[in-house]
Amino acid sequence: MDNNEQKKLLRMMLLIRRFEEKLVDLSKDPQKLGGMMIVCTGQEAVAAGVGAALAPEDVIISNHRSHGHLLAKDAEPDLLMAEIFGRRTGYNKGKSGTLHIAAPEVNALCTTTVVGGGIPIAVGTAFAAQYQQKDFVTVCFFGNGASDEGSFHEALNMASLWNLPVIFVCENNIYSGAQRLEEHTKVKDIADRASAYAMRGEMVDGNDALAVYEVVQKAREDCLAGAGPVLIECKTYRWGGHGTNDEQLYQPKDEIARWKEQCPIKKLKASLMQAGTLAEQEYQDMEYEIRLIVERAVQFAEASPWPDPAEALEDVYA
Amino acid sequence: MQELTLGQAVNQALREEMSRDERVFIAGEGVGVSIHSDPRMATYGLLEEFGPRRVKDTPVSEAAIAGLAVGASVMGLLPVVEIMFNPFFTIAADQIVNHAAKLRYLSGGKSKFPLVVRIKTGAGIGAGCQHSHNLEAWVAHSPGLKVVMPGTPADAKGLLKSAIRDENPVIFIEDMILNFVPGPVPEGDYTIPIGVADIKKPGKDVTVVTWSKMLGAAFKAAGQLEQQGISVEIVDLRTLVPLDEATILESVRKTGRLVVLHEATRTGGFGGEIAALVAEKAFDMLKAPIKRVTAPDIPVPFSKPLENFYMPNEVSLMEAIKELF
Repeated sequence: MDNNEQKKLLRMMLLIRRFEEKLVDLSKDPQKLGGMMIVCTGQEAVAAGVGAALAPEDVIISNHRSHGHLLAKDAEPDLLMAEIFGRRTGYNKGKSGTLHIAAPEVNALCTTTVVGGGIPIAVGTAFAAQYQQKDFVTVCFFGNGASDEGSFHEALNMASLWNLPVIFVCENNIYSGAQRLEEHTKVKDIADRASAYAMRGEMVDGNDALAVYEVVQKAREDCLAGAGPVLIECKTYRWGGHGTNDEQLYQPKDEIARWKEQCPIKKLKASLMQAGTLAEQEYQDMEYEIRLIVERAVQFAEASPWPDPAEALEDVYA
Repeated sequence: MQELTLGQAVNQALREEMSRDERVFIAGEGVGVSIHSDPRMATYGLLEEFGPRRVKDTPVSEAAIAGLAVGASVMGLLPVVEIMFNPFFTIAADQIVNHAAKLRYLSGGKSKFPLVVRIKTGAGIGAGCQHSHNLEAWVAHSPGLKVVMPGTPADAKGLLKSAIRDENPVIFIEDMILNFVPGPVPEGDYTIPIGVADIKKPGKDVTVVTWSKMLGAAFKAAGQLEQQGISVEIVDLRTLVPLDEATILESVRKTGRLVVLHEATRTGGFGGEIAALVAEKAFDMLKAPIKRVTAPDIPVPFSKPLENFYMPNEVSLMEAIKELF
């Protein structure tokens, strides 16, 4: 990856971070922004790394921690923000809210909050690529907790059996709700589960956006060459609780502090500055530009009309 | 006219639709090299004709089968997947109820999921309650799905073609006993609209609303009652969702009496929906209380006399009808 592309990675992570910080901030006042708020702070390298490795025609299937995935797949911040605000101008006319956003415009075809529910669907979209002989891959994001669901095992088995072009991206952030990894599975590395399906399993530092990019890019090439699915486990950490209303009483403070030292943004910024390809001023300019994007998105959302109640009756059937 | 069983009619519809449209593929447990090598079964011979690209024999993985349909349909394919027995729907239910049914709405109308899930259902095959269980009310209670339950081979063919051409998820429920009962089926291409009930037999004195296998019991009862001077009108719903309210209400307004007949158990069954509809919209036309003839609230038992006791039949229907006069 050249310098410019690396800067784009950094910029994307920063956009995701600032976008979600804004959401957390706004959701403190239910008058401003109601509903649940689930963010991916600390995990931005996965979204950005995967997004950078994908082409526009590639499909993503996301989960409840989706804002980063969507932004990295080039979803419009304005339309995302409006959807999170429940406005008519949002991606899904306010019917999804923060948790289920679909942006077919950028092939973000499904976000499901049923843990593991998206994994069989990814088998279907990947099957369509194979059936239609089209060159695109599907990436399915899920957490370590989802790898305990039956849907995960059924889907990996079928995808492997049929050699489908799908990349299963597990964001192992150590927690599943309030349970630690060792409390929900005896398996230490989720990537090991690939071997049960005669599939390639990869482990990568999920806080290193470049490393994520590289492993996904390779998996994409393999998928397109007909080598079948890949399971990639990105080792990362959830800085916050499951949602913003979670007090994280079960997460050791020193553990959080340690992982914050591994901040993916800090990491890439330092490496770019050390290599002399990024100056502090350039970084500040990037920050400024992103803050404007986020502010504009909030203004767009707040200025957007609420849906008419009768619109609730629309879009059930085609 | 050709005589086919419901399974053969479904088979013909699948063959014709697969020939007509390259986007149609089928998947399920045993749909290809089938454990059911019986030529009366729905997917018989399709693997030989269309090959393994379009006839996918799947692992025993109901959630993955249903998810395959959801993902493939949003990409523009027209999947027709099979859930072998209705109770196994519960394992696929997340994909059908939370995903197939809701994802269009969640996309704000941007995405379409034109899939068909064929489910085999019904008691009478001596398989007990984990293979026999009519769960149509569960599916009908999930907005976003269409629910079709044909009672004749001809309806099965025409309705399945409509289901495959429909842009929404359609749950197509086939009674297994009907797989072995032949009936006339028109040759060639025809469709029957989803959401339109059929008056299978006109009558003056009482309306029997039914669907699927119970159509047979309704005919037997009607024939006997006719000789006793009671004229029965049989309304075959064919589709539960969307419900053809107009045909039901028109019939009840004409006869003034309603019996709902279904094989599924009573509590929370779809019969209650029909009864409520008529009570709300045609109460003033009723000459007698609404009756439901259903299975008792028990799992389907195995032993033949017990299984026969479970299923409603013409005798229980006739008794209910006579109480209205």
